[in-house]
Formats: sequence, C-alpha cells, structure tokens
Amino acid sequence: MNLDLTAEQEAIRRTVREFARERVAPRAEEMDREEAFPYDLVREMAGLGLMGLPFPEEYGGSGADTVSYALAVMELARADASTAITMAAHVSLGAMPFYLFGTSEQKERYLVPLARGEKLWGFGLTEPNAGSDAGNTQTKAVLRDGKWIVNGTKAFITNSGTDMTAGTTITAVTGKRPDGKPEISNLILPQDAPGFTRSKKYRKMGWRASDTRELVFTDCEISEENILGARGDGLKNFLTILDGGRISVAALSVGLARGAYDESVKYAKERHAFGKPISKFQAIAFKIVDMATEIEHAELMVLKAAWEKDQGRDFVQSASYAKLYAAEVSHRVVNDAVQIHGGYGFMDEYPVSRMYRDQKINEIGEGTNEVQRMILAKLIGL
Amino acid sequence: MKIVVTVKLVPDPNAVRRIDPATKRLVRAGVETALNPFDEYAIEAALQLKERLGAETTVTIFTMAPESMKESLRKALAMGADDAVMLSDPALEGSDVSVTSYAMAQALKKTGFDLILSGALSDDGNTGGVPGALAEYLGVPGLTNVRKIEEIGDGRIKAQRETDSGYQVVSGPLPALVTVTMAVGEPRYASLKGIMGAKKKTISTLSAADCGIDRLVGSDGAKMEVVSIAAPKAREKARVVEAEDGAAGAQAILDFLRERKLV
Repeated sequence: MNLDLTAEQEAIRRTVREFARERVAPRAEEMDREEAFPYDLVREMAGLGLMGLPFPEEYGGSGADTVSYALAVMELARADASTAITMAAHVSLGAMPFYLFGTSEQKERYLVPLARGEKLWGFGLTEPNAGSDAGNTQTKAVLRDGKWIVNGTKAFITNSGTDMTAGTTITAVTGKRPDGKPEISNLILPQDAPGFTRSKKYRKMGWRASDTRELVFTDCEISEENILGARGDGLKNFLTILDGGRISVAALSVGLARGAYDESVKYAKERHAFGKPISKFQAIAFKIVDMATEIEHAELMVLKAAWEKDQGRDFVQSASYAKLYAAEVSHRVVNDAVQIHGGYGFMDEYPVSRMYRDQKINEIGEGTNEVQRMILAKLIGL
Repeated sequence: MKIVVTVKLVPDPNAVRRIDPATKRLVRAGVETALNPFDEYAIEAALQLKERLGAETTVTIFTMAPESMKESLRKALAMGADDAVMLSDPALEGSDVSVTSYAMAQALKKTGFDLILSGALSDDGNTGGVPGALAEYLGVPGLTNVRKIEEIGDGRIKAQRETDSGYQVVSGPLPALVTVTMAVGEPRYASLKGIMGAKKKTISTLSAADCGIDRLVGSDGAKMEVVSIAAPKAREKARVVEAEDGAAGAQAILDFLRERKLV
C-alpha cells in the first residue's frame, strides 16, 4: 500500500492552493455579499487548465487524473465554495457528459471549448417536482420533422445563465419503453435555441457567487442530432455522471471543512479569554482536534474513491460513502467553527459565517444524505 | 536566443527558519526546498521574452545545488522553461559568493548562453553578490535591477534599470547578465498542462570536473567565513494606554510622540 501522492498530484495541489490563497480567498467575502459571478477568476482558472482538468489534451483538457481533480476542488473550496462549485459543476456535470457519451463530432464541437474554459455548460436533471426521484422527469420532447420540440422546466441548474454559458444538457421523456415506463433521453440545449428561457439568478443562502437558475422550455426547437448518447439511455447516463459528481461534492465538503478549521485554529490562538488564548482550554482544543480528525478521515475517503475511479474500478460505493461522510463532517465542522468564534462567528466579516451558510447544500446537492443512505443500503444488500 | 535563468534552491520561505549554531548554516532538514522567490521573477522575465521572441528562443534553468534537490526544479519547468542544468558536486559544499560565482561561471561557459537572467538576491543568504561576481567571471556586462527589457536582438540589449529616484535606460552587448526586480511582473502560476509536461523535460547534471573547475572550491576555497551569528533583538513589548476619553487618548499619543521627538 502506498498513500503518497505522485509528484504531479503534489504539484497540482500546491499550485491550486497558492492560486486559491492568493487570488480567490481575498475576494470571497465580497463575491458572497454582492452575489457576483467571478468571470475573471473563471478566466484565470481556464488559463491554469482547471476548467478541463481531467480531460485529455486532445480535447483541450489538462490530462490530469481524478485524484488531482479532487485535490484541486478541495483547495478551491478551502478558500471559497462558490468558486469551487463553479469549477466542479462545469467539469464533472457540464463537460463530463460530452466526454463520456458524446460522438467524436460532439466532443469536438462541445467538449473542446468547455475543457479550455472558454464556455460554461449546465446539467439539467432536477425539476421543480423531480429531485431525489430524478426519474420522475416531466420535461417532454417530441420528434417532429427532424426537430425535437421540448417542453418543461428544470430547477437549480448551476452555470446555466452566465454570459459565457453556451447551453445545458437535459433529461427529457422522449417516448414510452416497451415495458410502459417513460423513455428518457439526454438532449443538448444550446443557449440560443428558440423557446429556451432562463430565470434570473436564484437568491441563495450559500454558494451565492455561483450562477444557479431555473430553465424553461416552451415549444423549444432543437435539431434531431442534438441527442447525447443513445435514445432511452438518458437517466442511466446522467446517474453515471452523478456517481462521479459525488467525488466533487465530497471534495468540496472536505475543502470547506478545512477552510473552517484553518480559521478556527487561527482564531483560537489569537483570541484571549480568562487570561490566555482560548486554544489552551480543553473545551476549544478538543473541538479543534475532533475537527482535524474527521477532516483527515473524510479526505482519505474522498481520495480513495478518486483513486478507484482512476484505476478503472467500480467506485460507486466509495464515492457514496465519501459524499455522505464528508457532507456530514462539513456540517459538524462549520457548526463548531462558528461556536469557537462566539459572537464574531455570527458576523458577516468573519469567513466562518459564510462557510456556515455555504455548507448546507453539501448535504443536498448530488444526492441528499438520505439518497446516499438509500444507495448504500441497496449496495450493502439490505 | 538561449536564455539561462540562474536560480537558487532555498528552504521554503514560509517555513520557520533555524540556524545550526555549530555549522552557522540554515537547518534544511525537515524543511521543504523551494525556488528562491526573487528568481521566480527572473523566470517570469525569461518566459515573457520567449513569448516575445518566438519559438527559437529557449529558456534553460541553471542551479548549483546537491543532486538530491533535483525535483525542486520541476516547478520552473512547469512554469514553462524548456530544460534545466544542475551543477552538483560534493566538493562545492560550503562555497561562498566568490567560489560559487567562479564555479557557476565555469559551468555556464560550458552550457553556453546569450542572456543570463537572475533574481537580485537570495531569500536565504541575502548577499546579492553572486550575479555581479558571475558577470565578472564570465567577462560579460552585468545589468542590475532591471525592471523592463526594452529591446533585445542583433547582439544588443537595452533595458530600464531601477534607481532610487526613477530609472536609467542602459544598453550593452550580448551576451550579458541581467538581474531583475519585482517590476518585471508577478511570476505566473504553473499551468496544469505545464505540471503534467514537466516530468518529460530534461534535467541534466554537471560535476565540477565536467566544467573544468580546477581551483579549490567549497568551504576549503571560500574566502569569507561566518564568524558569529546573532538573533535580532526582540522587539519591546507594546505600551497599552487606557484613556478616559478621546481627548485624553489623543493627549497620550501626543505625549508619546513628543517624548520620542517625533513631532
């Protein structure tokens, strides 16, 4: 067994850490307050190769592995969860479907500009009435005269409405299977398709500098060739994407927790009460030690899932464990981080207050804690 | 054009530094090795020149360091340098400014160069003496504290030198040695593609014998000796004044400044 990172993985972690510390962290408070999407940071991340991190160079990517990807997401989230989700959703939800299911022509046309970070792309699975039961999609598409006519609504779609967004891939019911169940396919919806409109940005509790919108399709027309993967494979393929996406949110949770931990250590050493730094009181020190222990644990779980994916093994169970545990760890850590900060932790100018708000979605996005438990119960054989 | 950037591998500038009282040298055990931050500006300047001058320009990283530090050069290669050369020889350990510059000059004569770029000083030793001495040993003009290279080509270089009150424009023949200031631009981050590609780039090693180094080098050849070391005096504890109100506070500050003859 060998738990060392490779020289490249170590170098990528160090580079993203420096970038996050120098370029992202100083902006996080303002971006959160203003709900400002950081176009310039996205351009810089594109320049570094982060927006296409795991894709081969021939498709405009950096050719790095999943372990490097997880490390990069952790380091970004340590500084700012909004920036991390913008990058992670773009890579693992926006671009990945083209890489895994696209024809070579679709890869050339869609994946290359996405991997280069020139454009962003959304992933349209969730609907107002189809969340955890993602198969209950109500969006419908009918093939008529060589065109798909799409009608329906998608909810909470990340990166779907920025000035650099080129489109969203969605699930839609495209017919009925022989067994009577709905046939679900993936369709490619370019931003300028007639009948495709986007809401204003949602106002959110956390991830406020990320772009999240509702998408509405009203007799929206796209070409017949805008189907991704085989007809009828849409739900299966999107759930495969979510398996990988769990590594993203698990990494994001670890990074966020690490950021809250960093702040707690710093504050506990600076803040004096009863004549000494509060870090010298066991009540505080033990909280911090518990944080460190749980973060270490969660990080190892994330890296294991990423490593299994890189080995080409089945990583579904590990990814689900990692997502569930890391999300819950991030909950406990931000809670204690605010507690350690006392009244200051409740104030906007302290990063832990933003982290507290940014944390909750980790337990909801890419499958709630409850959905993870359902998946795991099934995998365990219960 | 062949650009060589001389870099020093120093203990991680963010780590706590300790000096071993017996050897009077920085303790490097347990501390990561990093590129001297000032040299990263020289790398940045070199890469800018490469972008400006096109594909025929190459950037080689040069260092004198133990071979065990080889991997610490990867960052420079990931930033965009083409290859690296190390001068590594146990005989060089303990070299002072003069011996280091002589040995580097011998190696650089061997590798060849049109332009040497260098940081103005090192983060650990802080002498700032090597670039000047190196230019002397090589017999090339040394343009120090350069903030901008205005023109380069046709065997000449023209650059802006930072001074206390502004800048001078100086020009000289190539080959030349240039030390840069931070004004050349923030060192770029290594791109992920650069990091992935760096492992395929060559880092070659030269020994003292390879370079025809025939003088006494290392601590035996050093002309300068560190006689003693001392920690800087700890700063006095701050004085905390508790004032009844703003006026009393202002008076206290004024009294303090007067006492120190600052107003």
